[in-house]
Amino acid sequence: MAPERLTEGGRIDRRQVLRFRFDGREMTGHPGDTLASALLANGVRIVTRSFKYHRPRGIMGSGAEEPAALVALAGSAAQGNVVPTLLPLTEGLDVRSIHGWPSVRFDLGAVAGLVSRLIPAGFYYKTFMWPDWHLFEPAIRKAAGLAPAPDAAPEGRFETRNAHFDLLIAGAGPAGLMAALTAARAGARVMLVDEGTEAGGSLLARKIEIDGGPAMDWVARTVAELARLPNVTHLQQTTAWGWREHGLVMVQERAPGHPGLIERGWRVRARHVICATGAHERMLVFAGNDRPGVMLASAAQAYVNRWGVRPGQRAVVFANNSSAHEVARDLRAAGVELAAVIDSREGVEANDLPMRAGCQVLRSFGRMGLRGVEVAPRGGGGPERIACDLLAVSGGWNPAVHLHSQSRGSLRWDEGIAAFRPGCVAQSSASVGAADGQFGVADALRSGAQAVAAHLGVPVPDVPQVAKVPPYSIAPLWAVPGKGKSFVDLMNDVTLDDITLANREGYGAVEHAKRYTTAGMALDQGKTGNVNVIGILAGLQGKAPDQVGVTTFRAPYTPVSFGSIAGGKAGPSVLPFRHTPLTAWHMAEGAVMYEAGARWRRPGYYPRAGESFRQTVDREARAVREGVAIYDGAPLGVFAIEGPDALRLIEHACTARYGTLAPGMGRYGLMLTEDGLIFDDGVTFRLSQDRFVMSCSTGNAEAVALHLEKILQIDRPDWCVHVTNLTHQWMNATICGPLARLVLGRLTEMDLSTEAFPFMGLREGLVAGVPARAARVSFTGELSYEINVRPRDLPALWAALLKAGATEGIMPIGSEANHVLRVEKGFLSLAHEADGTVDPYDLGMGWAMARKKGDFIGLRSVLLRRASGRPRRELVGLMPEEPDTDTPEGAPITPGGQRIASEGLVTACVHSVSLGRRVGLALLVDGRARMGDVVQVRLPERCIAARVVAPVFHDPDGLRMRG
Amino acid sequence: MLLIHCPFCGPRSEIEFSYGGPAAPPRPDDPAQLSDADWVDWLTVPENRIGPVPERWCHSKGCGAWLTIVRDTRTHEILEVRHGA
Repeated sequence: MAPERLTEGGRIDRRQVLRFRFDGREMTGHPGDTLASALLANGVRIVTRSFKYHRPRGIMGSGAEEPAALVALAGSAAQGNVVPTLLPLTEGLDVRSIHGWPSVRFDLGAVAGLVSRLIPAGFYYKTFMWPDWHLFEPAIRKAAGLAPAPDAAPEGRFETRNAHFDLLIAGAGPAGLMAALTAARAGARVMLVDEGTEAGGSLLARKIEIDGGPAMDWVARTVAELARLPNVTHLQQTTAWGWREHGLVMVQERAPGHPGLIERGWRVRARHVICATGAHERMLVFAGNDRPGVMLASAAQAYVNRWGVRPGQRAVVFANNSSAHEVARDLRAAGVELAAVIDSREGVEANDLPMRAGCQVLRSFGRMGLRGVEVAPRGGGGPERIACDLLAVSGGWNPAVHLHSQSRGSLRWDEGIAAFRPGCVAQSSASVGAADGQFGVADALRSGAQAVAAHLGVPVPDVPQVAKVPPYSIAPLWAVPGKGKSFVDLMNDVTLDDITLANREGYGAVEHAKRYTTAGMALDQGKTGNVNVIGILAGLQGKAPDQVGVTTFRAPYTPVSFGSIAGGKAGPSVLPFRHTPLTAWHMAEGAVMYEAGARWRRPGYYPRAGESFRQTVDREARAVREGVAIYDGAPLGVFAIEGPDALRLIEHACTARYGTLAPGMGRYGLMLTEDGLIFDDGVTFRLSQDRFVMSCSTGNAEAVALHLEKILQIDRPDWCVHVTNLTHQWMNATICGPLARLVLGRLTEMDLSTEAFPFMGLREGLVAGVPARAARVSFTGELSYEINVRPRDLPALWAALLKAGATEGIMPIGSEANHVLRVEKGFLSLAHEADGTVDPYDLGMGWAMARKKGDFIGLRSVLLRRASGRPRRELVGLMPEEPDTDTPEGAPITPGGQRIASEGLVTACVHSVSLGRRVGLALLVDGRARMGDVVQVRLPERCIAARVVAPVFHDPDGLRMRG
Repeated sequence: MLLIHCPFCGPRSEIEFSYGGPAAPPRPDDPAQLSDADWVDWLTVPENRIGPVPERWCHSKGCGAWLTIVRDTRTHEILEVRHGA
């Protein structure tokens, strides 16, 4: 058996032996052990080196509060920065200490401790400011180094669940169990979660009787009854780690007991939450309070009673409150020699204990571990050395208000327990037992029953009997002044001096002090130290602790694996593409497919054997300029706008005038946001007096729908008009090019002459035998017909168009050729030229602003902006001086090519088939006044000179598309 | 994650909704009549209050209703939900 293991007692199974390794050494433990209890049983005093000073550190806590010890796991369960007090011991664990190099006992980094006076609070901020903190960060991180992340993914999987309960009870100590029992018997749907391996909370570590028998017998009976009830979900090793809005609690289940399942994350919506989260014991702040062998009193008690481990041979107990007296007795009963009980309070008596009332520990000593303490009366007097290898300290108790506080509940300072307690609740909940500052077991049982009974409106049940104990009492002792390092935050190596310095340098507000010193920012989130920091700041500032206040409690309460949040969402995830009725055809045809906004899968270009990218795109673009081509326009956003007020809505939302439109005609317009910037663009056709069809950009259809509905439902509920999204009801194939009329004429009896079917006209009829709405709009600058049909008819129409134009060499074109053609025409494209910063005048589209019609969305702001006369970035064309040089999209244009603030940017650049050279579009400050100038496009390594020209490179008068 | 009681669909999770910003006072009928300062005030200076704040949400992945919600920014408690303004 391990050397420090007691021969009897505790909740471990000595008949079964578990083998594990710590830094290569073979060790043994038993089922029921945590890694921490097993390490202590094997006499391991030093488990880690500290973060900043590389001081040796041991295990100081027994649960989530552990302020010092972190280890890494190797092998198949590899994991960095594991808290050993929370990890159940399992066979074959391969445990490594972290921070220590080459080993925790001999750590070269400890020289940092020797120069520690050079590393005060805020050291990094003060020292590594120039030229850039990020230059230094990697090296600092390595020196400070937490454990690295494991190289491989863990074996097994994670999953997440959603669940709904009437009550969520966090904590299965006496208060939580009693609350669960009350709720379960009343028939409520209850979820009871507890972070420990077994239920019982503080009862696991104490020798208390309930109903005349061992407390754990009552726990076992209660757990058994809960297990029989179908309305109860009781999970151990499960932590409610975050409380969000509206009763949403994030829960991490660490031992789901299902083969291959590592952890399960729960998102629980609870009508009511009971916080039975217990309390955390505080450290005491004195010189050398981090020496291995210094331990929280409650932890020392838990190790002897729960795990049958002797954490030392000769103990001194140091406390400012009554709870440590029970610990002293339990240590003695376990065979630990009790050297002294140091109580900082005057006049405290306990005849059975070696009491030293009104005294304090000035400092601890011992090179690699505790050898003794120096004790003196607080009122003054000669210090005395007492030899010991265990110092059990208790600085009082903090209710674990984390969950309550995350729910936005308030806190109040309770002088009687010298701690913050829950104040008002912000969501439906109650804190019970120690979490509410009711530290007695009898009080805990009663408050658990009462809170639930009150919430459910049922009678308060009888509560088990607990022998009377003296009430909890405390007199705060925030820090013992003295020479040497006194730690307030062990995991981040923050000392009393750091807090004093922060206060002196003006960072005395509690949120400032936290960030300046990093106190409370380590994995343990300062559970044992934060209130000490508040007490110390209060003392320095002559305030009460509640005037100093608390820092915000944030989730997670304890470290949470990403796996339990992500669940099954590991590896590639499904984000489906939207297919047009033609997507399969394009792919079969060998098209290179693009995502054309809103997940639509559309062809980019159709390469033929032996063609380069440029040759393909040139061929497709030339087909439109010189012959005939078709493209898949199915994803275009389409809305039906119908009703007596349809015209009002359109004229309110768009810049153009539509009241003058004859049925069967359409007009291009811009949609602005109320701050006068371009939000979308498109053509709206009038079908009849009160019926319109509006198109919008492919990627923007959902946003436009929301925008129009907001106008109707929020601003103008009295308008009679329906907006119906027809994007999936009407889909178009567009035929374009000078031969488009000829080819289309073979498929329809519609009169396609310019007189009968002019530019911007819309005609309904049969095309290739299917009902169609044909619209003469052009995004390419050529004669163009958008043939809108039902989606199921689109493949037949497509095939008919290809067949009808075969002799003319009709070909499908993709978005690359479309892009070339629209850039040649200077037509705007959303997210290129209309990038959310421009108004219509910036793009030279003042003609689209029908100001005579009166107010519309965005007009007031556009006029206000124009009236300021400040220079604007305006749309211009760019001709690179070297005709084959690309000016990359997004590249800045800077004055004279200097590396200074830009005066514009390139929005597009293509190889123009009309001009046989590269042309681009750009937004340039005062661009329209700078025609003919040469500007410099600034690339990282060089500049490209480009001439500013009008933003249209082909058919400036638009005769070809109107013809 | 908020739980929003849509008047048409019942309590639904926030992921089904699109946020539409704080509820501005009604849009002036004729913005041209406003001074520049008043217009800028209406457009860009929303209250940023601690406490109950009216805001717009659209049940965009549900029934499509635009809602006005009064939400307490301290607690996220939703005090009122109504369709429209």
